[in-house]
Amino acid sequence: MENFNVFAAKLTPQQEFLAGGHRACQGCAELLAVRLVAKTLGHDYVIANATGCLEIVTSSFPHSAWKVPWIHVAFENAAAVASGVEAGIRVLQRKGRYPVQRKVTVVAQAGDGGTVDIGLQALSGALERGHDMVYICYDNEAYMNTGIQRSSSTPYGATTTTSPAGKADPLGQHTMKKNIVEIAAAHNIPYVATASPSYPFDLMDKVKKAAATPGPAYIHCLVPCPTGWRMAPNLAVSIGRIAVESKVFPLYEIENGDYRMTVTHKKHRPVVDYLKPQGRFRHLNEAQIARIQEQVDKSYERLQKKVKMSQNELD
Amino acid sequence: MGKNFDEMAWHEYELGFMVTRPGCAAEYRTGDWRSQRPETDKSKCIKCGVCYLVCPEGAIGLAADGTYDFDLEHCKGCGICATECWTGCIRMIEEDE
Repeated sequence: MENFNVFAAKLTPQQEFLAGGHRACQGCAELLAVRLVAKTLGHDYVIANATGCLEIVTSSFPHSAWKVPWIHVAFENAAAVASGVEAGIRVLQRKGRYPVQRKVTVVAQAGDGGTVDIGLQALSGALERGHDMVYICYDNEAYMNTGIQRSSSTPYGATTTTSPAGKADPLGQHTMKKNIVEIAAAHNIPYVATASPSYPFDLMDKVKKAAATPGPAYIHCLVPCPTGWRMAPNLAVSIGRIAVESKVFPLYEIENGDYRMTVTHKKHRPVVDYLKPQGRFRHLNEAQIARIQEQVDKSYERLQKKVKMSQNELD
Repeated sequence: MGKNFDEMAWHEYELGFMVTRPGCAAEYRTGDWRSQRPETDKSKCIKCGVCYLVCPEGAIGLAADGTYDFDLEHCKGCGICATECWTGCIRMIEEDE
């Protein structure tokens, strides 16, 4: 190894569109994901940002961490506002008041609360109308901003402040995580993907692909939250990697209905490797962990069947 | 504006309390949150840039010799760079005061 400049990290865009000095917690993987997304998209894009951690930490008065046009909207309508922005740009281009050749990407971003719970109908509407936009959900698996309340994206067995595990209820969250990726894919949109900031190049590829796709694109990004997941902040990136390696959060994309794995592993870790470093799963006993393992295996198998089916169709 | 924001009176702000400068959060010092500070052993650094890529603050920048320097104004001391570093050349050391 002589030429040290060949490492891919050096070839990523050096310019930052999210300034330092935002107020995110130490080791926040959400802001890492946002930083990578902003880097990838460059400067020609408009963001509609729903309420949540991301909005709070990047725009505390009198500062703003954004170097690109950014709109803060209410909790439920990030997708609706992004569709309005996209339609507005189209009208201006038709009237000749905006350069037609200039490609502006419209991005809606929200947390899991703003996507899976509160913003679901606005998201569904925007996907159904077929606006040319990218919707990115940063999923940290609870309402972290207001103090770790459960959302429908919280996984089975996790303890949060509104689904606490204790003497009366030894489990914590009783329901399974809502599969929002399948819900988005069910709209028959051209591009749906899952991503993780622990795989930065995979994330950047997917964002680029989503921006280049005409029509709506949906990216679901799992972002570990050291505060809410009750773990050490330095583990934020490695726990995201373990989530992928243990099949809890497989990385795949759905292009026009065809499933494709983007990151594969020959050998998978047991799910306990993922649960152990996190304090929110500390109370689980072996039977409960076995049940989680069973669920994870089952949903992964189902995904593999879809991937195989898509491959057979393409061949 | 020129002045630090906590020294400013209400009439010195823009009309409607608009934020007019993009990316002005960089003026805010988050380095004070830190209890541990990263330090590099540059003889062991292979200049791969992984630390730069995984920093949530964007507080790691390319130095002239190809290694990476820390912006201690904004580094919150999360320790992700030290965990992810391939060669282990980044170490977190306690802040003295």
